[in-house]
Amino acid sequence: MTKSPKILVIIPAYNEEGSICSVIREIRALKSDMDILVINDASTDETECLVAEMNEVVLTLPFNVGIGGAVQTGFKYAHENGYDVAVQVDGDGQHIPGQIPLLTEVLQTEADVVIGSRFIETLGYTTSWVRRIGVRIFMIVNSLILKQRITDSTSGFRAYNKKAIAFLASYYPHDYPEPESVVVLGRNGFCIREVPVKMREREYGRSSISAFHSVYYMIKVLLAIFVDLFREKIVH
Amino acid sequence: MRIQIFTVLIAVILLLVIFQLVRKNKLLEQYSLLWIVSAVLLIVLALWRDLQTWMSNLIGIYYPPSALFLIAIVCGMVITLHFSVVISNLREQNHLLAQEVALLKEKVEKMNPDA
Repeated sequence: MTKSPKILVIIPAYNEEGSICSVIREIRALKSDMDILVINDASTDETECLVAEMNEVVLTLPFNVGIGGAVQTGFKYAHENGYDVAVQVDGDGQHIPGQIPLLTEVLQTEADVVIGSRFIETLGYTTSWVRRIGVRIFMIVNSLILKQRITDSTSGFRAYNKKAIAFLASYYPHDYPEPESVVVLGRNGFCIREVPVKMREREYGRSSISAFHSVYYMIKVLLAIFVDLFREKIVH
Repeated sequence: MRIQIFTVLIAVILLLVIFQLVRKNKLLEQYSLLWIVSAVLLIVLALWRDLQTWMSNLIGIYYPPSALFLIAIVCGMVITLHFSVVISNLREQNHLLAQEVALLKEKVEKMNPDA
């Protein structure tokens, strides 16, 4: 009697006019009845118009709130509208929508949170050495805190179930949210799984993390994770 | 030196208070960083006498421990300036929100005039 779950694909987008349409087209090509929600984080380009022209729901924020706040808007929407599953896919074309079923399958059987990881198998993804060191540090931190190996905690290609959506709608880190949210979710008893995925190099726009900000990023996130360790667990 | 002990004591208390504020979600991590850097800087300078003397010679302070005061004041100024920028930004966003709400209200009222 299992009825198919209501799935929402959340796409945070900041100035992604070059890629947003093809991301939406690729999701439609999956031919499953997933709903699409684009969170336009006060883009200054044509992102909003393009999404509206494709007749998908777009929430435009009045000013730029950053990736954390943008994605959380999506969780709130999913929570209010009773979705069973939320999949986060970046608007820059880095994530391959064709791989969404890989995430949702695992989510339905054995986890609350599924992360698409580039590093489980080295599936043809090259990245800068700064990023590699960062990824390595997060891996060690996660192993220490959660006693679980999370290979790609910076990945924003994720699927969440209803329980995780309700939690994240209230508690989601503001900026650079990915690694911190892994720790917060893990410490609050959510079951996290990773599945290997491939990612593309960005074609348009630029990454939300420039080389210049990498050090600040690491310090801020590690500080946040450190403080999280001393916070009481959130009852949910 | 008493001034050194005093400085370290203040800086450590400051660090503990900041930690507690962040832990209780009353201070965001990004706004705690400048405080933490300032406190650590003061501790290092208070304990490392040679650095203190070197710095005092460099900027012409005759009594090295007063370099601590200078650093503390500069840190305070940097933090205050940082918050001025943050507040200006918040004010800007607050305006935007108020305007957005007013426009939405008008739109909603137009949609159901009886309500």
